[in-house]
Amino acid sequence: MKDSGGWISKEGIFQLVCLLALALPLLLLFVLISGTFADGWDRLSWSFLTGAPSRRAASAGLFPAFVGTILLMFLTTLLAVPVGIGAAIYLEEYARPSRLTSFIELNISNLAGVPSIIYGLLGLELFVRVMQMGRSLMAGAATLALLLLPMVVISSREALRTVPHSMREACYALGGDKWRSIRRVVLPMSLPGILTGIILSVARAVGETAPLVTIGALSFVTFVPTSVWSDFAAIPIQIFNWVSRPQAEFHANAAAGVIVLLTVMLVLNAVAIWLRIRLGRRLQ
Amino acid sequence: MPGSETAVQLDQARPISERLIKYVLFGCGAISIATTAGIIFVLLFETVAFFRRVSFSQFFLDTQWTPLFADKHFGIWPLVAGTFLTSGIAIVTAVPLGLLAALYLSEFAKAGLRRVLKPMLEILAGIPTVVYGYFALMMVTPFLQRLIPGLSGFNALGAGLVMGVMILPIIASLSEDAIYSVPANLREAAYALGATKLSTTFQVVLPSAFSGIGAAVILGISRALGETMIVAIAAGQQPRFTLDPRVPLETMTAYIVQVSLGDTPSGTLEYQTIFAVGSLLFAFTFLLNIVAHRLRKRMAGGA
Repeated sequence: MKDSGGWISKEGIFQLVCLLALALPLLLLFVLISGTFADGWDRLSWSFLTGAPSRRAASAGLFPAFVGTILLMFLTTLLAVPVGIGAAIYLEEYARPSRLTSFIELNISNLAGVPSIIYGLLGLELFVRVMQMGRSLMAGAATLALLLLPMVVISSREALRTVPHSMREACYALGGDKWRSIRRVVLPMSLPGILTGIILSVARAVGETAPLVTIGALSFVTFVPTSVWSDFAAIPIQIFNWVSRPQAEFHANAAAGVIVLLTVMLVLNAVAIWLRIRLGRRLQ
Repeated sequence: MPGSETAVQLDQARPISERLIKYVLFGCGAISIATTAGIIFVLLFETVAFFRRVSFSQFFLDTQWTPLFADKHFGIWPLVAGTFLTSGIAIVTAVPLGLLAALYLSEFAKAGLRRVLKPMLEILAGIPTVVYGYFALMMVTPFLQRLIPGLSGFNALGAGLVMGVMILPIIASLSEDAIYSVPANLREAAYALGATKLSTTFQVVLPSAFSGIGAAVILGISRALGETMIVAIAAGQQPRFTLDPRVPLETMTAYIVQVSLGDTPSGTLEYQTIFAVGSLLFAFTFLLNIVAHRLRKRMAGGA
């Protein structure tokens, strides 16, 4: 206290160090993304987006992988989201505190921490080999759906928890039963939160590479999948394939692929933010 | 139903559809148990098959890992060393930065700035790992090669540093939750005793948040051990029993990727090795996650 001026400047220095620790990684990310744009921008053309993979780097395109990622995204969402929201509703609205309930909760938080490549091993044995789905779109989507599920449950539970208890009681007071209160009151009110959580989780799942590589998804697919049982490619696998090649021309392709993948992520995140604002406003 | 007689009657008086809904929703929750059981069963099944053909001593006492060569060795230590070296570099990068960032967000940033900065930090966690792998191999390593002569094109250093950036938001965000949950009256008591903000932070806030921060660090380690694409792309595919961050090596996850890229028929020893390696990885991350869970519970229960 004697030298309070000194203390204040010490605090100021510490604050600056903390701010730098926060800014440094963001700055680094900015530099790295800019560098990738510089490396890949020239390769980014209409023919890159609509072309198929090729042994010649300059004529290789991303189209089958792009379509594969979009299809994978929809199929994975279709498989995981209804179950995930159902589980979240059960845990928040129906489950009473019991050993079984806390066991399910512990399970879900543990599954969220399981490395994605382990899901790949599960998918390889269960979907690809035992269920004989092969390296199909369905096998990939089922594997990613298991990975997505705990994320959907956790984020949906958080959204359901934001609905005040009084709203449910108001519905009961008007003669509504439990399911009606959930369907008419709780779900609509928590919808912005649930949707935002789902889109962000789906974005993360679709950016995954390791589980798809593990189930044996191909990177050299020159056609677009015709059914859920077709072979498929995905953008992350295509990037991995290109970046693993020794030739520099393929590295430019990888950079262009990274730009496309980051754009897909950006669009999904923007949609999530827009939905939250839009639906949030309507409910007010 | 453990409830009273009337509760049971009420339950039966409900329409069948209402009860059916409850069972369906319970089924959704139970799928998580089935998933965990599936993971454990699949890993155990193939790992047992592996250890029928390879002895424990070959796995745990040998220091060479060459199951894909003619002269086969199954010593897991090179893969474990590679995994812990890259993860170690990541943790050493991410913990100080993440903790300081958390302190800035919770102790110094105004509410408005915090609302902007926190989501920006989350962006780092949302970048696909294959993109981080590209960064590590194509940009970070070439930059490091200018500073460190003799740094190989594939190395643990570049991969570990980039992995540190990836796990930083996990550590920052969870540490911030822990720091944020330190009761305000503890801080006020310190201020009332004449403590400065700095000494309050270091002597009151950080010690009180210790278990929460510990949980954050452990979850960060767990994420780093299981991280696959960054190391598969940038650290190499040469199992090497070393702690030298400048040379190519191979992590447990990168080995699984290496085998998966070839078309390995099920039932072969090569196929079984990836499940044996996967079991060990699962065991590591599972233990760390349990410890972190305990610490977080203590954080919620204590104070």
